Amino acid sequence: MIPAAFEYYRPTDMAGVLSILAEHGDDARVMAGGHSLIPMMKLRMADVPHLIDLQDVGGMSDITVGADSITIGAMVTQHDIIDNAELTAAAPILREAALQIADPQVRYIGTVGGNVANGDPGNDMPGLMQCLNASFTVVGPDGTREVAAREFYEAAYMTAREDDEVLTQVTIPLPAGGYAYEKQKRKIGDYATAAAAVQIVKEGGSCVSASIAMTNLSDTPVYSDAAGAALVGTAVDDAAINAAIAAMLGDIDPTEDNRGPVAFKKHVAGVILRRAIARARSRA
Amino acid sequence: MKDEITREERVDNLKGMGCSRKRVEDARFTQGKGNYVDDLKLDGMLFGDFVRSPYAHARIKNIDTAAALEVPGVLAVLTAKDLEPLGLHWMPTLAGDKQMVLADGKVLFQGQEVAFVVAEDRYAAADGIELVEVEYEELPVIVNPFEALQSDVVLREDLVAEDGSIPDGAHGPRKHPNHIFTWDAGDKAPTEEVIASAEVVAEETMYYHRTHPCPLETCGCVASMDKVNGKLTLWGTFQAPHAIRTVVSLISGIEEHNIRVISPDIGGGFGNKVGAYPGYVCSVVASIVTGKPVKWIEDRMDNLMTTAFARDYHMTGKIAATPEGKITGLHCHVTADHGGFDACADPTKFPAGFMNICTGSYDIPTAYLEVDGVYTNKAPGGVSYRCSFRVTEAVYFIERMIEVLAIKLDMDAAELRRINFIKKEQFPYTAALGWEYDSGDYHTAWDKALKAVDYEGLRAEQAQRVADFKAGKTRKLMGIGLSFFTEIVGAGPVKNCDILGLGMFDSCEIRIHPTGSAIARLGTISQGQGHATTFAQILASEIGLPADSITIEEGDTDTAPYGLGTYGSRSTPVAGAATAMAGRKIRAKAQMIAAYLLEVHDNDVEFDVDRFVVKGAPEKFKTMKEIAFAAYNQAIPGIEPGLEAVSYYDPPNMTYPFGAYVCVMDIDVDTGVPDIRRFYALDDCGTRINPMIIEGQVHGGLTEALAVALGQEIAYDDMGNCKTGTLMDFFLPTAWEVPNYETDYTVTPSPHHPIGAKGVGESPHVGGVPCFSNAVQDAFRPFGNTHTNMPHDHWRIWKTANDLGLHD
Repeated sequence: MIPAAFEYYRPTDMAGVLSILAEHGDDARVMAGGHSLIPMMKLRMADVPHLIDLQDVGGMSDITVGADSITIGAMVTQHDIIDNAELTAAAPILREAALQIADPQVRYIGTVGGNVANGDPGNDMPGLMQCLNASFTVVGPDGTREVAAREFYEAAYMTAREDDEVLTQVTIPLPAGGYAYEKQKRKIGDYATAAAAVQIVKEGGSCVSASIAMTNLSDTPVYSDAAGAALVGTAVDDAAINAAIAAMLGDIDPTEDNRGPVAFKKHVAGVILRRAIARARSRA
Repeated sequence: MKDEITREERVDNLKGMGCSRKRVEDARFTQGKGNYVDDLKLDGMLFGDFVRSPYAHARIKNIDTAAALEVPGVLAVLTAKDLEPLGLHWMPTLAGDKQMVLADGKVLFQGQEVAFVVAEDRYAAADGIELVEVEYEELPVIVNPFEALQSDVVLREDLVAEDGSIPDGAHGPRKHPNHIFTWDAGDKAPTEEVIASAEVVAEETMYYHRTHPCPLETCGCVASMDKVNGKLTLWGTFQAPHAIRTVVSLISGIEEHNIRVISPDIGGGFGNKVGAYPGYVCSVVASIVTGKPVKWIEDRMDNLMTTAFARDYHMTGKIAATPEGKITGLHCHVTADHGGFDACADPTKFPAGFMNICTGSYDIPTAYLEVDGVYTNKAPGGVSYRCSFRVTEAVYFIERMIEVLAIKLDMDAAELRRINFIKKEQFPYTAALGWEYDSGDYHTAWDKALKAVDYEGLRAEQAQRVADFKAGKTRKLMGIGLSFFTEIVGAGPVKNCDILGLGMFDSCEIRIHPTGSAIARLGTISQGQGHATTFAQILASEIGLPADSITIEEGDTDTAPYGLGTYGSRSTPVAGAATAMAGRKIRAKAQMIAAYLLEVHDNDVEFDVDRFVVKGAPEKFKTMKEIAFAAYNQAIPGIEPGLEAVSYYDPPNMTYPFGAYVCVMDIDVDTGVPDIRRFYALDDCGTRINPMIIEGQVHGGLTEALAVALGQEIAYDDMGNCKTGTLMDFFLPTAWEVPNYETDYTVTPSPHHPIGAKGVGESPHVGGVPCFSNAVQDAFRPFGNTHTNMPHDHWRIWKTANDLGLHD
């Protein structure tokens, strides 16, 4: 559990970060909290000859709740999310999800930016951000661009971020309606056996919009457009929920691991989504 | 002299037996001031680490170390070829087998030690490991012991003669090249007869999965050979430092007086730190070669994948009974998977440990046990994880068989236990498989437990839950887990217990200082048990000096008396007895001194809490503090100066703690998630030395029981790859997963132990595993479940429900 030798950089501005990335290409990686990257380096599964620590860059630790949207800097920790009353009032699903990530010690260090940027299908924030239709700001040598969370994930650890870019901010349209983040895991600190993020808006007893994303049930987070669509225009009754689950099951592609075989994971995914929808409905 | 304080206050001041004295160790542990082996830093200290095999079974064609030796800071790379001239490329195991220190031509399990890289720091060592080029030729892998006994693939060519015949092993004849031993106990023919003619026979096959003790601190050592004075000092995570000293001497040829073994603070052992590991041997050799201290510390993956697994028993049982439920016979066969080398840590004459305690707490007239040990391509070990030797397996077996029999008889499992318990008046009780149980009162404990949880009420609630489930009103089932266990601890009487020929007595040496404080040294070593607290309490009660004035020291073979260490709950039964006996020697001399000082005959004074008083004249007394001073500073005719004693205690018998546990669990049928609503644990460990430490031990043992029952396993794929090498997949419970435990007790002292104590550290694990498992299985009993194997993780519980059609 000793990483290979690496150069450690601690630039104080983004220009410094980008110049190191430009120089070393995919031999360089940026690190926010390091809770995904450092274990991979210690296992020598990630070879990072040039490690760029973002701690001193600054300007990426703010949470801003605006009239239409929320912005969260990449260096905001899970603990910051849990601890921010204004954010919780505006988007309570963020706190509900963050509380189910790892344990307090990890949450004090682990960041939102690292969680969404690393592309680990086990991480909770990517699915959550897809549910909330967030977008990610990435900065590179050619300037800044926005990438939708629903377009960001290509495969495990493969994202739309280029090697010379840095993810600096997450922007979330102000969510409305009822919400739930439901997760089954074997123990504290574990990745999900199955997790579901759900937002539902109801008007006059009928669902007018629904957004559903699943975690750790494929090599990327799974935003299930069809599952959400199955709820829209319904009273979110059992038949609609069954249809949403059926649609979701068509979109996920779990693999067997120590948590269990595929049949189990699919069954649990259905149960978890059913519970998430029911809870979101009760809050809508 | 007038007494200033009452007798009760004098008792309280001693903080002796029965007092919930706070642990004296915790001041340093809670402040991060412990001194563990990895805290040790010596001038010029080097660091060694292993190149490990990625394959479970492979021949080694070549090892090229040249590139590794180019890494700055790498000083040497040892292979079996370097150790062979010293005769150290193989080492003896505790089970009478031998084990490769470094791969000698082949590897037998994934993670096996292939080469030892010695470097100036652990970073250089890790870089060196990457560059050692090993050429492997893969061989067929066997991870199933039943397959091993049928296979033409020979795992241990070194154990087959050139003519193809199979020489006897350490425990007698072997019937296949991959077979290690057959060991049996009891009466085979009569047992088979009873079962053949019984009106009711329940049969079950169960697999007690492989797991691992996983102490928070992994194994490690620092070896330092002083070439000037020829002395070797070895610091390490040793549960038995004296045994390590003797073994190091025997295999290295260094005389025992030139070896000093020191166990510093140890961060948990649970059996993992009993054995001798290649890292110890390689560190010693590397220190001899370089003339510098060499440190070796496992990382978490090394620890989980290579040092000392536990369990891995495939058990088949038959239990015979009358229609009324009186058990008449028990038959047990075990196929024991020992991995690539037989490195089990058991007393020599017991290659399956005390598995023959498997008749449990029941009066079973006829029984037979047979165990076959088998080699496979898995890591060696087979230690007793938080239990006496294989007792967890034995108790799990009988507590499952009782449940299976209850199902067969359509009877309440609590009642079935009650009618089969050994009765109080039957003690000392000789079981069908040979052990003599010292004392017990099982009915009282059982009744107390069932009353405490309102057992009848729980069963009524469960029946309602089943009805609600069937009516579609709930998706949660309720399980009531029962377990009644008898441990066998305190190994042990030298007449039948030794390890590598070392008798399993233990020892205590006491020096009283002139001002009335003391130091006591023991042959044991605490790994978190709180010996410095509890042994001082035993002594305080025995010699009348305050526990706070008594230092307990363990773990340095240059100063501590010889002993066999701490595991199998043997410290209190054996070293605790030695402590009491040594204390009594102190007291006997003190009595003579007191009598002299009080100018009366020896028999005219008697001990009273912290003093000797003249019989019938309690105002005339000498305190132990006064006596200590006189012992050193007053010329007393016929009595040597000083006040010291040593006792080596060879126990006449084992001790047999017991307990009654009840677990109430709700199970989500759809997700397989269990929720432990209640856990009640009644322990009878005989005389209670420190109730607070007992409670802590019970909480810890139950938590490790929960872990094993509900998810903790070492699992392999068909290629022999370990699938559970990190704490992501190896279940180590946190406070979050642990329920609130209710503890309770009865007190049935051991009749042969000087203070009546029996040991408690492992009881909760032994009794807890079947209790958690029985709760899961009981929830599904109304739907036709008889037995499912542990670990009951979410998907296996879900599978049970699925197999029973509960998801349809």
